[in-house]
Amino acid sequence: MLWDALTLQLGYNATLVALGATLLGVSAGVTGTFLFLRKRALVSDAISHATLPGVCLAFMALVALGGDGRNLLGLLAGSAISAWAGLLCMNWLTRHTRLAEDAAIGAVLSVFFGFGIVLLTVIQTMGVGRQAGLEGFLLGSTAGMLWADAMIIAIGGAVTLLLVMIIRRPMTLVAFDPEYAAARGLPVHRIDLAMMGLVMAVTVVGLKIVGLILIVALLIIPAVTARFWSERSEHVVLLAGVAGGLAGYIGAAISASAPNLPTGPIIVLVSFAFFVVSLFFAPKRGVLAAVLRHLRFQRRVHIRQGLLALAQGQKIYEPLTLRLLRRAGLARADGVATDTGKARAAKALRDERRWEIVRADLAHEATAALYDGLRDIETVLTRDQIAEIDRRIGGPQGILL
Amino acid sequence: MSGEEFVPLSLTPLLIGTFAAIACALPGNFLVLRKQALIGDAISHVVLPGIVVAFLVTGTISTWPMMLGAAGAAVVAVVLIEAIRRLGQIEPGAAMGVVFTTMFAAGVLLLEQTDTSTVHLDVEHALYGNLESLIWLDATGWSSLLDIEALAGLPPELPRIALTLVGVTLFTWLFWRPLKISTFDEGFARTIGIRTGVLGMALVITAAIAAVAAFDAVGSIIVIAMFICPPAAARMLTNRLETQIAWSVLFATASAVSGYVLAGYGPLWLGGADAVSAAGMIATMSGLILAAAATFGPCRARIGAHTSA
Repeated sequence: MLWDALTLQLGYNATLVALGATLLGVSAGVTGTFLFLRKRALVSDAISHATLPGVCLAFMALVALGGDGRNLLGLLAGSAISAWAGLLCMNWLTRHTRLAEDAAIGAVLSVFFGFGIVLLTVIQTMGVGRQAGLEGFLLGSTAGMLWADAMIIAIGGAVTLLLVMIIRRPMTLVAFDPEYAAARGLPVHRIDLAMMGLVMAVTVVGLKIVGLILIVALLIIPAVTARFWSERSEHVVLLAGVAGGLAGYIGAAISASAPNLPTGPIIVLVSFAFFVVSLFFAPKRGVLAAVLRHLRFQRRVHIRQGLLALAQGQKIYEPLTLRLLRRAGLARADGVATDTGKARAAKALRDERRWEIVRADLAHEATAALYDGLRDIETVLTRDQIAEIDRRIGGPQGILL
Repeated sequence: MSGEEFVPLSLTPLLIGTFAAIACALPGNFLVLRKQALIGDAISHVVLPGIVVAFLVTGTISTWPMMLGAAGAAVVAVVLIEAIRRLGQIEPGAAMGVVFTTMFAAGVLLLEQTDTSTVHLDVEHALYGNLESLIWLDATGWSSLLDIEALAGLPPELPRIALTLVGVTLFTWLFWRPLKISTFDEGFARTIGIRTGVLGMALVITAAIAAVAAFDAVGSIIVIAMFICPPAAARMLTNRLETQIAWSVLFATASAVSGYVLAGYGPLWLGGADAVSAAGMIATMSGLILAAAATFGPCRARIGAHTSA
């Protein structure tokens, strides 16, 4: 069943939803990355909640004009206008009053959403039928998706992606260093607004599939996920697009494969699954990588200290050190060094003496700063430099009896 | 309107709305000043999965398991946000966004998967609450306030939210000095021996309790609005924390009362027939108050620019 869904064999509606969700995921992932890099991820929360009054007003207007109020294009246009109004309010609050951005986000979010709910109840009492579709915008409803709806989502998503590609350079610059961008003469404020405008476009496009509460997840989670895998912004943008698209596709497929699996939440949960995998298993920034790095470091410290102890003929009491030395074939179970161990210990002691000279010599100041008790001296000095230091230390001397 | 009509139908919703608004606005003052305003947003989203899980475990819609479930979910969310922030080195806003949307999605999914058709549990209810239905059927007029038998029939939300309000007020009052110092100068607070980490956590937990209790009565949308709008509006009017809190309580009360009245009677005045959502109207009123304060407040500008102190 799931396989059928993944290969788009579950009928017309499921296929439409899957394609729409994939496109939405890609454009949300790509757009959300810039928001995340700008450290304004939660702005999307305010924008998405601010769409509700617009949807309701558009519905009322459509009904007043004699339509049945379910024209998706009209509703989306209404939601875009009110989201833009919310965005401007939020911007005004942060720029012209002492409120911090988080308070402005919360204020816009709750007030616009509350007003939207007032309008929803007004619509319910207006007595015109078919308003049931409106609640679908809260959590998305893909059941009755039409070809025209899918086309709107596809075109909207594609246009958003195109716009992102056009202004990605200034957006990246502003995200990383707004002061520098301003110094270069870029209109930082306007670029920010453009970024928010794109987020708004994604939100509006996604209303039908995932709904206004969960679109935030599609904007934030893929970007955060992608950030684990790369340090280069263009790669993060691409990866976020891929992660979002995959989440949309797989989520839509899973939701089509069984009853009572609403599309929006499933897409979000699939996206979260990607996030968890990345959190733990990403190569550099992942938790597993960090743990391994820590263990490797611990091992190096213990072996180094153990070798120094062996070289100076001290007994090793720390069981972990002894175990590591034994496993590396440097010491026997009773703590006596093997031949290799003796050689490595002598080298460790000599290296320590070399470092001492390096650190005492102002000419080596830059190198001395790299000393952490673990670094092999060969990695920071040339062979000639080491030979020079060795001349100052002198070779091994016989014991005078 | 006469007492026979007002007391049973409007008094309790008004009181519950006002108490909930104040209980949220009090910790909201500190959250806004500490730039943690969106904690309220996150908590009110994660309450949904908590309630659904509590329903799945107990199988009934009873208050205490649900409150516990909601509070548990809030704690889980706070811990998860912190864990993701530290383990993944992600900025707090994004970590919050990841956690609360996922938990909300999980809540919606659980709700769809379980058969809740026999009970009153749905997403809409969680969002806008049901303030209008908290009526006091046993009351006959003002005299019922002294009548023990009638008092026993009060909606249980009223004593609960009143108790929460007392608790929140006590917390603010008892920890006033440390809260104030650590909010404005965390470094200094630490040097004089205030355990800022514990205090910050306590503040978040207090906020969570207020949010859960208010949520039970009035839905999550008021919770977010009351955490942020009254304190933010009060912030525009003064530079003193004491005055700010007084203003925020006044604004919270004003939005609750005016919102409830407008929702109940506004449509009638405009010639409509039915009331609109009180929760939504209260949030809207708090927004209007904030807009007025942001436009005319004497201390609205960021630095130095205010007209007179």
